[in-house]
Amino acid sequence: MPLLEASGISKIFGKLTALDGAALTVGENEFHGLIGPNGSGKSTLMKCVAGAEVPTSGKVSFVNTDITAFTPTERARAGMSLKFQITSVLPSLTLYDNILLALQAQSSLLDLVFSRTRRALHDQAMTMLTQFRLADRAHDAAANLSHGQQQWLEIAMALAGKPRLLLLDEPTGGMSLEERRVTGELLQPIKQHCSLVIVEHDLDFIRDICDRLTVLDQGKVLASGTIAEIQANNSVQEIYLRRA
Amino acid sequence: MGAAEQAVARLSEGPDVVTGEDEPAASVPARRPTAGRKVLPIVEGLVLLTALLLPLVLQDYLTVFATRVVILALFALSFDLVWGYAGIMSFGQALFFGAAGYGVALLARDLNVTSILLILPAGMLIGLTAALLLGGFLLLGRYPSSVIFVSLGTLTGSYAADRLARGWYYLGGQNGIPSIPSMTLGSIDISEGPVYYYLALGILVVVYLLCRFLVRSQFGLALAGLRENEQRIAFFGYKVQHLKAIVFAVGGTIAGLAGSLYAFHEGFVWPNMLGVVFSTQVVLYVLFGGSGTLIGAVIGTVIIEGVSFWLSDNYREVWPIILGVLLLLVIMFRPLGLISFLLGERERVGHFGKTPKEKRNAAP
Repeated sequence: MPLLEASGISKIFGKLTALDGAALTVGENEFHGLIGPNGSGKSTLMKCVAGAEVPTSGKVSFVNTDITAFTPTERARAGMSLKFQITSVLPSLTLYDNILLALQAQSSLLDLVFSRTRRALHDQAMTMLTQFRLADRAHDAAANLSHGQQQWLEIAMALAGKPRLLLLDEPTGGMSLEERRVTGELLQPIKQHCSLVIVEHDLDFIRDICDRLTVLDQGKVLASGTIAEIQANNSVQEIYLRRA
Repeated sequence: MGAAEQAVARLSEGPDVVTGEDEPAASVPARRPTAGRKVLPIVEGLVLLTALLLPLVLQDYLTVFATRVVILALFALSFDLVWGYAGIMSFGQALFFGAAGYGVALLARDLNVTSILLILPAGMLIGLTAALLLGGFLLLGRYPSSVIFVSLGTLTGSYAADRLARGWYYLGGQNGIPSIPSMTLGSIDISEGPVYYYLALGILVVVYLLCRFLVRSQFGLALAGLRENEQRIAFFGYKVQHLKAIVFAVGGTIAGLAGSLYAFHEGFVWPNMLGVVFSTQVVLYVLFGGSGTLIGAVIGTVIIEGVSFWLSDNYREVWPIILGVLLLLVIMFRPLGLISFLLGERERVGHFGKTPKEKRNAAP
């Protein structure tokens, strides 16, 4: 049974059909790349899965539960996490507090009011900051980070709730080559406990870390399979890889 | 704070800061920024000290005025918590203030209840109930409500309550409820003057400390997230609507407490106490002093009320214009309020929860 199964997803914005019966299936501990030309509906499909958009029609199942009607909060509590395309760390808070904010999301009200989970979460926060190479800046405001570091902080925050599925929308956007390489390294270890769906323009990056790919074109799935299968697929080469 | 001031503040933090922002600070040990972190307790201490000594130097009629300001500062705290900390745009905070005022006035008029031990809890309960009802309607949807919906909803609620009170004979119509007797504790009358002043001040200090505890806790961190990016924290699994309803209810309770103190202090209640006038006034207090800092709300109230008092004495006709221009200048050039002259950004945001010991030791 796959971890995530989205099928027949359509999304219509007024006269624009962004998605037209798209589908996405992701297994446990699988890194799944979602690619396609600009405007093919990658980000919209991601948002429909995460709950940021409500699909016009279609069904999303996660861990054998129909979550189509779940709010983002309910999806997060079911074990799904999203990193937005636009970095949305909280700039005036320190890195440490950004991470703590993510870590304590499911603490009870009384635990929060009396700061009871602070001590237990401290080690986790420092471990995550160390893992994402941000520990030495723990007490700087997030606004002072470079763009790449903000993206890492976002990924760390998205992983804080120990999700079973992480959705990453263009994690390497605006990063230098070196930062992209590091991002790949940072993502590898999470495979042991988490699946990944990743929307990305950088095909080299996708090729390096993903197990399977889904190619979208004009809101429909053009092909889905392993990297080798996709590379051998003629129609994909026509619309996408040739141009890249 | 401007970029230049920020740079200056950073330089004064000590040599380890000069590492610059872009440098991968791999070799710099984890540290806590220390500069400017002690301003807040000093300001709070000075304000408290001044407040404690005030009745000793003021004439009686000024002590009465000062009492009114202290109660309004309590009201300002309620709005600051809701808006300055949780980012809920409540344009109708006076609804809770006035509803409690009317409620306790009726208790005194119709049931002869004047004991402080019943009046203040009753005022809080009325504020809480009103906030739960309105908050439940405005905030507890399946998806978070928009800022416009909440601000218009609260504004409408406050306006409607004002109109209702004006038209309702039982509530005294336009004139409100006059001649509320003194609040009592056993056989003692708590009448206006130094006794009422210290009572109000004591309550303000206690509520202030409770709010301070709340906003500096992990709950305060959740509020910061709510204020800065509510959509983002919903994706972490926060129950955004619940958080908002809780803060709104706490704010309503504090406003109710302030309203009941106000009603007994003034000796009468009137429809303005429920309506747009008081609702807007409290927004100005908090904007002027500095939203998102508790002391800013207090200072804003004191300065606006003090300046209006002085201006209305000395410039009988034009004083509202002078005050309006003053307010505009502050809001245009100091969007973080007067307190931002004293308080740096880092200290304003502050820290949440107690730092575990090992970390404090690790800091240089």
